[in-house]
Amino acid sequence: MIPGRDGDGAPLVALSGIAKRYGDLLANDGIDLELRPGEVHALLGENGAGKSTLVKILYGVIEPTAGEILWEGRPVRIGSPVEARRLGIGMVFQHFSLFDQLTVAENIAVALSGTLRDVRQRLDAVSRGYGLGLEPDRAVWTLSAGERQRIEIVRCLLQDPKLIVLDEPTSVLTPQEAERLFTTLDRLSAEGRAILYISHKLEEVRRLARTATVLRAGRVVGTLNPRERSAREIAALMVGAEVGSVRPHDPSASGEEALAVRGLTLPAASPHDWTLKDVELSVRRGEILGIAGIAGNGQSELFAALSGERLSPTPGAIAIGGRPCGRLGIDARRRLGAAFVPEERLGHAAVPTHRLSENAVLSHHATGDVARGGIVALGPARRLAEKIVAAFDVRVPRADPQARQLSGGNLQKFVVGREVVRRPALLVVDQPTWGVDAGAARLIRQALVDLAREGAGVLVVSQDLDELFEIADRIAVIRGGALSPARPAAAWTRDGIGLEMMGAAEAAHAA
Amino acid sequence: MTAFEAILLTIVTASTPLLIAATGELVAERAGVLNLGVEGMMAMGAACGFAAAIVFDSTAAGIAVGILAGAGMAALFALAVLGLAANQVGSGLALTILGLGLSGLIGAPYVGARRDPIPHVHVPGLADLPGVGRLLFGQDAFVYVSLALTVAVALFLARTRAGLTLRAVGENHVSAHALGLPVLRVRLLAVLFGGACAGLAGVYLSLVYTRFWSPGMTAGRGWIALALVVFAAWRPGWALAGAYLFGTATVLQLYAQAGQIGLPSQLLSAVPYVATILALVLLSTWRGRAVGAPGSLGAPFVPDR
Amino acid sequence: MRLELTPRAEVSQTARVLAPVAAFLVAFLLAGFVIWLLGRSPLAAFQVYVMGPLSDPWALQELAVKATPLALIAIGLTYCFRANLWNIGAEGQYVMGAVLGGWLALRTHGADAGPWVWPLMMLLGMAGGALYGLIPALLRVRFGVSEILSSLMLVYVAQLVLDYLARGPWRDPKGMNFPQSVTFDPAATLPPLLGEGRLHLGALFALVAVAATAFVLGRTLFGYRLRVTGEAPRAARFGGFSADRTTLSVFAISGGLAGLAGMAEVSGQIGQLQPSISPGYGFTAITVAFLGRLHPLGILAASLAVALTFIGGESAQILLKLPLDLTTAFQGLLLLCVLGADALVSYRLRIVGQTTSPHGRGKGAS
Repeated sequence: MIPGRDGDGAPLVALSGIAKRYGDLLANDGIDLELRPGEVHALLGENGAGKSTLVKILYGVIEPTAGEILWEGRPVRIGSPVEARRLGIGMVFQHFSLFDQLTVAENIAVALSGTLRDVRQRLDAVSRGYGLGLEPDRAVWTLSAGERQRIEIVRCLLQDPKLIVLDEPTSVLTPQEAERLFTTLDRLSAEGRAILYISHKLEEVRRLARTATVLRAGRVVGTLNPRERSAREIAALMVGAEVGSVRPHDPSASGEEALAVRGLTLPAASPHDWTLKDVELSVRRGEILGIAGIAGNGQSELFAALSGERLSPTPGAIAIGGRPCGRLGIDARRRLGAAFVPEERLGHAAVPTHRLSENAVLSHHATGDVARGGIVALGPARRLAEKIVAAFDVRVPRADPQARQLSGGNLQKFVVGREVVRRPALLVVDQPTWGVDAGAARLIRQALVDLAREGAGVLVVSQDLDELFEIADRIAVIRGGALSPARPAAAWTRDGIGLEMMGAAEAAHAA
Repeated sequence: MTAFEAILLTIVTASTPLLIAATGELVAERAGVLNLGVEGMMAMGAACGFAAAIVFDSTAAGIAVGILAGAGMAALFALAVLGLAANQVGSGLALTILGLGLSGLIGAPYVGARRDPIPHVHVPGLADLPGVGRLLFGQDAFVYVSLALTVAVALFLARTRAGLTLRAVGENHVSAHALGLPVLRVRLLAVLFGGACAGLAGVYLSLVYTRFWSPGMTAGRGWIALALVVFAAWRPGWALAGAYLFGTATVLQLYAQAGQIGLPSQLLSAVPYVATILALVLLSTWRGRAVGAPGSLGAPFVPDR
Repeated sequence: MRLELTPRAEVSQTARVLAPVAAFLVAFLLAGFVIWLLGRSPLAAFQVYVMGPLSDPWALQELAVKATPLALIAIGLTYCFRANLWNIGAEGQYVMGAVLGGWLALRTHGADAGPWVWPLMMLLGMAGGALYGLIPALLRVRFGVSEILSSLMLVYVAQLVLDYLARGPWRDPKGMNFPQSVTFDPAATLPPLLGEGRLHLGALFALVAVAATAFVLGRTLFGYRLRVTGEAPRAARFGGFSADRTTLSVFAISGGLAGLAGMAEVSGQIGQLQPSISPGYGFTAITVAFLGRLHPLGILAASLAVALTFIGGESAQILLKLPLDLTTAFQGLLLLCVLGADALVSYRLRIVGQTTSPHGRGKGAS
């Protein structure tokens, strides 16, 4: 094992032989890891490599099946997050562990000891000390993702931790917000705190860490200095085989308008949603339009309006293939040649407890031959599911499994494949590769590019700027329910998009 | 005592059991557990409490046993929905059916028995004030206990650490678990508290309100208490207002029946039930849909470990 | 000590079928314990509750008579429960079906109106139940009012309506002031199924409902729609299934079948309207629906099993002086056991002591 180079002296924490078994699946398989005070240590790996399992074990959320944890040289058993915090381990979760209806101060106090008033004073001090402006009495649901993360960080810092664990912290941040986070982390490590930084983004790992442990399929496959190895080398280590890049798309073949949105204004359905404000967009056949934006800025609302899950006030607000359809439901829009892939795989795109053949019926019953005269045709449904599984390399644990039995990447291939096999004239897809492994992501992106090349209009809503720069011909930015005009992808810089995502005024404030 | 004063006094006695049961259920729901068994727990409280009061010839024993009966039923519910992650709506319904049946078995031998009225609090001097004296300073102890309970629950939820933990658990049990809050233990305690309150409300019905026991005497009050929690948007202060509003409707309806005003008695008897539905409709038109419902209400929680 | 649940990767089909049977046995054991507490012999009770009815041909027919309304209502409730909507007001829909259909019987009384009367009464019964069932559905769709509370409140209202009618305007003037209507004409009486017996055509309705529902739920897009709606409402919207329309249709179906059950019971069994026309069939049917695992054939079996508790309860009241409330209590207990068993089908249960952790030394569990 390579000793940490940032830190010196005895390790703060040493994990040895950590294993976690879920039924037949070994999520962690004999993992060894050491951190010294002041060290920034990156934990790299694909989705599903076992990173989150490992940090949950370290934080006492789940129990390891085997293995030992040494804290400052003493063997410890971390039975719960409370014990982890008592030892000096702080955690910033990927999916924030916040309570929407509670205030900022309450969200922090709930994890700490001391009175609420006491917590408010310390919150104020820490928040100002690290430049993390937070209003203690705001309800959390009114805050942006960046602000929510700051709550998590302040909550963690208030416990004066010796070790801070961050799980994919930048996945919901703009480039500028991420840079602000890195500055904070630099200061924390300079104070002698150890930082375990979990990510699958190589760039930020190089920016922050000098030691990285790479996980694949639950095992450590290498410990290295990320600044000394090429991105290609590390990526190969993470994935196991080299992942090729997506063949680029030739945008010159643009044809007639597949989707046109004109002055679409749609009031929020609930107090937690955004109002769509005067949205204008157009997708031509043969092109890919990307929509960038920080999570929770109206993407779901836009998807619901485009798909017909929510109806627009006027028929003319949305036209598919030139036909006004603002007042038509999702099935009618499918009959016009459109197809849709929502962001949530389980529960929205697919019914978790239904088999793939049943899930195939979900978006095909109005257009295909899986339902006739109100009767579900089981044979064709099963054949359709088999066709999707074969065409999109969906790895299934058994014939016709339930959707919940598939891994994230495989289910995503299935729900994207289910729409692509229909050869739609328009495909609207929200977060096509969110949380899936690199292999599946590449296959899905390639499928989108191929579909556009065959002459379909494709609209991709994504938080992943790399993804949009890779496949989109034009990019627009959604913020607070309003959409910027689309510009050719080549005309954007990462910084420019970041500023647009935050809004100029806020961006100036953050800078 | 004027007729008007008498009406006001009856309103207080009619509202008190609703308030106690609704406050208890409110705590359980703020912790994220929907217990539709209030009617059954109340029925058990009424029957067991009355039986114990007769057997031991002690009101105190009756109250204690009534509370225990409600909490015991709640424990059974907790075993199903917390221990086995069973469906909360179905299990609550089962609890109501079970409670109505069991209370019938337990109360049957005591049909026809009566208890003396329990002594009222009498603040010397103040209780004799004209008009409001009896109303404010001469009620039975339950009334003051119910009001104190509401204030205590309101303060507990808003001001204490345990209250904050309980709200967090009800709001988002996944986050709460990730932070190491003992989700199931908090819920167990909240459900038991709800059961104890329902039991107390039942005892009040049989020992104070009617002073005898008869089958089905809860007459849907448990369900009305459940509706009150929704109506109150899960806030104790609103539950207080709602309970007294419904108490008023119930009492006025009874006086109207007694007063022979020419309407069929069944129509008047239907008033509390129809009023409940109307209240829920009005609430939703004023405040929008389901505002204030705890985020994890009714969802089973199985920690992954 | 605590209970720990781990989800099962694959749910076995045998476990699914056995769970309700196991629940039934557990409920029986617990009920036996209660009977023992009441100072009676559980064995004697078992003899009266189960063996008696099963060994007596008259009682067997009575079993089918009691199972008829239970099966009809439970089949209807299945539509709601599958879509994860909680209609717990079937008792009220049952009553309102009987009221609307009964109105026709009273209107045509003594008029020698002809053989169309009872079929029309059945249709009116269905309409009455369906319309009454649509009230909570509309309140939910239009105002977001919880269907659980509104449907339950409407039970009390329906019972008061019937009470008013039977004691007031519809009372038999020659009935010695008994609170009941005239006895229905033969034309308004549901014909018996087998010549002389008490079993009436309602049993056939129940069988038709079972068969039709098995087809609808298993093979049609409508059945598919209900399953998607119940399991994942957002996926239902993605599938193009309007939640509002689903809500309205399942409440109409469920209310309609409950109304039919009420009308068939009044027309085929009771023969007149009176303040009470049900020993709680509408609530017991909830237990039946879950005991039958929301599957039509399961419900058919479950309705017969639960009908046994009604008949047994009646004989136990006479023979053992055990109150009828014991039956109610048993039905509640049974529902609780069934739901618990359901959970055990999808989760593995472990009882964990203080120190079971396979690793580390440290202190005990938190």
